[in-house]
Amino acid sequence: MPTVKSLDDLKKIREEALKKQQMKETSGKKEVIVGMGTVGIAAGARETLKAILDIIEEDNLEDIIVRQTGNIGLDSFEPIVQVILPGQEKVTYGKVNGEMARKIITKHVVGGEIVKEYKIEG
Amino acid sequence: MRELALHILDIAENSISAGATRILISVEENLQTDRLVIDIEDNGKGMDAETLARITDPFITSRTTRNVGLGIPFFKAAAESCEGLFKIQSRPGKGTTVKAEFKRSHIDRMPLGDLAGTLQTLIIGTSDVHWIFEYRINDEVFRFDDEPVKKILDGVPLSDPSVMRYIREALRTGIDELRQEANLPNTN
Repeated sequence: MPTVKSLDDLKKIREEALKKQQMKETSGKKEVIVGMGTVGIAAGARETLKAILDIIEEDNLEDIIVRQTGNIGLDSFEPIVQVILPGQEKVTYGKVNGEMARKIITKHVVGGEIVKEYKIEG
Repeated sequence: MRELALHILDIAENSISAGATRILISVEENLQTDRLVIDIEDNGKGMDAETLARITDPFITSRTTRNVGLGIPFFKAAAESCEGLFKIQSRPGKGTTVKAEFKRSHIDRMPLGDLAGTLQTLIIGTSDVHWIFEYRINDEVFRFDDEPVKKILDGVPLSDPSVMRYIREALRTGIDELRQEANLPNTN
């Protein structure tokens, strides 16, 4: 893959992304949220978020919005990842490392099936 | 925290919590004067003098909000243990500036760490903030302003895979090229 850096490259990226968007139906946004308070960062939340970004990039997953938020209030479960799919309740996962993040993205965000074993009940 | 880049992420999170819409992160390494200076400047809601005094004290916490935890005292201690200094300036309604300075070659100085990774997660994870990043080694500078990028994208989300690839590459290349010119090893 060639390095893309110039703003012209970015214009091309935009046009292609728009073309793809027009072909798809507006199905609502899938959201992945990572807690980034001090405790989360110390527990490895940056690596978890980076792993999520890497998976999206590698697998070319469209229509996923990745956000970060401050402290979620469940310190002992950090790093925490939350998934919101259109028309569904928010699901909170705890102690998520890179490997678990891959499973959450592939199985839940893409496949629609909650990864029960990582879920925090509450 | 084992890396300065994680401290930067933590301080930037405070700026986001303070409602900042524009955050400038500046990292400067001067090999001649042997100093490493980190500045984080935001236009958030700022703090009054009382709050400001409180947040650098690790033994007092406003536990109800949890907007500010141990992050600032840790960062302050890290700088001060490396013949450095730590300063926070803030005014209600005017934003906050955090400055941490280190003796660059000090044995206890944490490595810079994955700076590109920190910026990537900040830019993509909080797309409503205008991010400006400056990395300086001696007189050379790499600057990344995400506003022109967002302008061109015009609604295409930052978490689109090809956009993420673009941002990741731009940050990584910019930082590493500067380090190579100064004969410094690449960060992860």
